[in-house]
Amino acid sequence: MLAWREPVYIAAGFAGIVALALMLVQPLLIGGYLPGLSACRRRCVHRWLGSALVVAVVVHVGALWITSPPDVVDALLFVSPTPFSAWGVIAMWAVFAVAVLAALRRRLRLRPRTWRLAHTSLALVIVGGTVIHALLIEGTMETVSKAALCALVVVVTIKVLVDLRVWRKRATSR
Amino acid sequence: MRSVLLNRRTLLATGGSVVATGMSGLLVPARAQGLAATPSMRGGSNNYRPGAPIVERIGGGGFWTSGTVRRAGDGAPLAGQRIQIWAHTTEGHERDWESHGATLTDANGMFRLEMPQIVPAFGQPHGHLAYDSGEYETVFLRPVMSSARDTSLEAHFVLQPA
Repeated sequence: MLAWREPVYIAAGFAGIVALALMLVQPLLIGGYLPGLSACRRRCVHRWLGSALVVAVVVHVGALWITSPPDVVDALLFVSPTPFSAWGVIAMWAVFAVAVLAALRRRLRLRPRTWRLAHTSLALVIVGGTVIHALLIEGTMETVSKAALCALVVVVTIKVLVDLRVWRKRATSR
Repeated sequence: MRSVLLNRRTLLATGGSVVATGMSGLLVPARAQGLAATPSMRGGSNNYRPGAPIVERIGGGGFWTSGTVRRAGDGAPLAGQRIQIWAHTTEGHERDWESHGATLTDANGMFRLEMPQIVPAFGQPHGHLAYDSGEYETVFLRPVMSSARDTSLEAHFVLQPA
């Protein structure tokens, strides 16, 4: 499948896969399922990978734009003939929103609970939008590995939500 | 005498099927005009290059795009109509000039053009077709293949006189 594509289109596809893979690591980090990292270090890496996720999304959309501008314009304006584009675009805006929120967290002086709920809600939109987007697409990834990766992302995300009891009233130790 | 049973299941089934037929366009009221014109599809004109030349075949071939062109109203086949075709194939991107070609309909309003295998692009294996000669209203179609392994694709035009 890759043989019939230009490098920029392949780059777009792989940036999407990288983003999906990062989406698996992010909840693993924050849930503390990866051994050998201190809580402080985990947060730090989570922040860095968050930035990397923004970069991956920008590369994904940018490279698709270079490949076929009208198709990307359609997607961004929600008039694309392909249903999965809208999910991708929703997830994209949620990624940007989550990044802006994280960058302004100090300045906005959000209460921990507010921050936590906002961040988690956006994360859910990102995961949900991305997984639907990826599953509906016939593209770069092989079908079974794609479904498996998507399932993993969803399961880990839900596990973190449950384990950390994000919705609880008082923030206790993390 | 059997009474008409309208339980929740039959209600859901009939209601659902009515909605489904209605949404699929089968319940469009009959018009005196007869055959309705084909509307352009969303995204149909993406990467359109006006004036692609009439060719024997696009690139190396191996894949067939075919269809019919008829007149709205009476449904008469239209001969000699120029249909332009382009797609993302094994030999090039949609926007590449050499991915574009055009053909003419025969006396029965049918057209058929050989081109390289279409591959999924932007998540769906699809082709683009245009009628843009001006005598009738311009129509852009974007049919999607049911499987990326298909080696042919069909699209049908019903044109409205301009």
